[in-house]
Amino acid sequence: MSNATTRTGWRFRQPSVIPGFGLTLGFSLAYLTLIILIPLSGLAWRSAALGWADFWRIALDRRTLHALEISFGTALIAAAVNVVFGTVVAWVLVRYRFPGRRIVDAMVDLPFALPTAVAGIALTTLYAPNGWLGKPPMALGIKVAYSPLGIVMALIFIGLPFVVRTVQPIIEEIDKEVEEAAATLGASRFQTITRVLAPGLLPAVVTGFALSFARGVGEYGSVIFIAGNLPNVSEIAPLLIVIRLEEYNYAAATAIAAVMLALSFLMLFVINLLQSWSRKRYG
Amino acid sequence: MADPHIETYDPEHEATSAAITESRPARAVLMAIAFVFLALFLVLPLVIVFSQAFAKGAATYLTSLSDGDTLSAIKLTLIVAAISVPLNLVFGVAAAWAIAKFEFKGKAFLTTLVDLPFSVSPVISGLVYVLLFGAQSVLGPWLKAHGIEILFAVPGIVLATVFVTFPFVARELIPLMQEQGTGDEEAALSLGASGWQAFWYVTLPNIKWGLLYGVLLCNARAMGEFGAVSVVSGHIRGQTNTMPLHVEILYNEYNAVGAFAVASLLAGLALVTLVLKTVLEMRYGAEIAATRGH
Repeated sequence: MSNATTRTGWRFRQPSVIPGFGLTLGFSLAYLTLIILIPLSGLAWRSAALGWADFWRIALDRRTLHALEISFGTALIAAAVNVVFGTVVAWVLVRYRFPGRRIVDAMVDLPFALPTAVAGIALTTLYAPNGWLGKPPMALGIKVAYSPLGIVMALIFIGLPFVVRTVQPIIEEIDKEVEEAAATLGASRFQTITRVLAPGLLPAVVTGFALSFARGVGEYGSVIFIAGNLPNVSEIAPLLIVIRLEEYNYAAATAIAAVMLALSFLMLFVINLLQSWSRKRYG
Repeated sequence: MADPHIETYDPEHEATSAAITESRPARAVLMAIAFVFLALFLVLPLVIVFSQAFAKGAATYLTSLSDGDTLSAIKLTLIVAAISVPLNLVFGVAAAWAIAKFEFKGKAFLTTLVDLPFSVSPVISGLVYVLLFGAQSVLGPWLKAHGIEILFAVPGIVLATVFVTFPFVARELIPLMQEQGTGDEEAALSLGASGWQAFWYVTLPNIKWGLLYGVLLCNARAMGEFGAVSVVSGHIRGQTNTMPLHVEILYNEYNAVGAFAVASLLAGLALVTLVLKTVLEMRYGAEIAATRGH
């Protein structure tokens, strides 16, 4: 097939006997353009229309900066927590046999399936000062719900499956002989894990971290119930967009959204780089 | 190599080899950490949804579900899912056919674009439609003059839902159909089948479980979407309130039983989704292909 291409020079597509290319590609592109590309470029166009000075005045507004800081900061902490516990969960699910393992494995996907508003009110009720899990820390003077700590809790819930589902298949693929070789050569179990297994898992762990982080930054539904939503303290960036919209301040909503979008695309780019790097190195 | 206990991967026997597993106490500690973490973050939220929903007995639970506004929220959620899931299903099949069965320039880029909505905050997914169709937009006055309601009405909610659930079916089908290649279809065509026949009788049976898997995940998200829908809905009770939005309204009115009653329906939907997903993975794992992890 590639010979044919080089002989005839540049070609948009390689010849095939299978029909339907024009129809399916045409439909896909039209649908993609209408649903995704036009609305998103509308956002870009509207923020460009704001002008450079106005754009930065809004983007660097104190309340906006705090909201971005809270969104990115809590997402970072939650992703870090998920990396630790998510990796342990993945390890336990792959390596150990216990009754109900399949059920536990299926449960890990709950945050994907449970609507975020439901997660939000459930976590808020749990971590409220008089809730099952909120009361004990309250006795120590730590407020979980209605504080940035509550946001972290919600984002841990939302991001957990990203880490587990990225790391789990890599642990499954580990070649047992490598571990046996390490053990035969006199490594302790701890050394085998930290020196032999951990480097191989690292790319997956980093990817899981990035996915969990990216999801946490944009999360809205589960957070707004538990956050308390105090400006400059526990107000996340997506909520500030909604507040600006409700004030009919479209310019501010657009500018905040553009900053968030730029940062998420940057993260998407980094995730793609990480994935291709890990495929090259460990694939 | 001759000893099957060493050579083959046997999950039941793997713990017997002391050299490649942790000591008993270490295992116990790791399992305890994992279980406590999952119990706190996954099991308890689920338990509290149902315990709060039934906090005042089954009668109150049923009364709050049979409320008129709740029923219309359920109806709207079903309508929105019934429109947006088939739309994304058709797109998913078409995009997967174009991407998996053909080689063309810009294919990798197109595949990346399909996943784009996953990296957009739900609130922004709603905002883009407000900027496009709102009163302040270029289209706004024209829409108003012609009496077309998109924002704060069902079309806007459908559009936002379609945006958010856009990649689900396509991203399940693309790797699956790429793995299956074009051999089966080429055989069907050479035996005289038309393109449609090749699709209906050859491709579709090959991808049906993967397709169902994608639809399942797409539907769960479509019915549960909150952020994007919240921005475009206008929160008109009984008219533009979906179930997740109704949960918020009831909760903010301190009607905990009502909020958790509606939430329990959504949690039930999530549990059914998880069960079906697990069954599909167990029975048709190979036919869903490398689709684990999202």
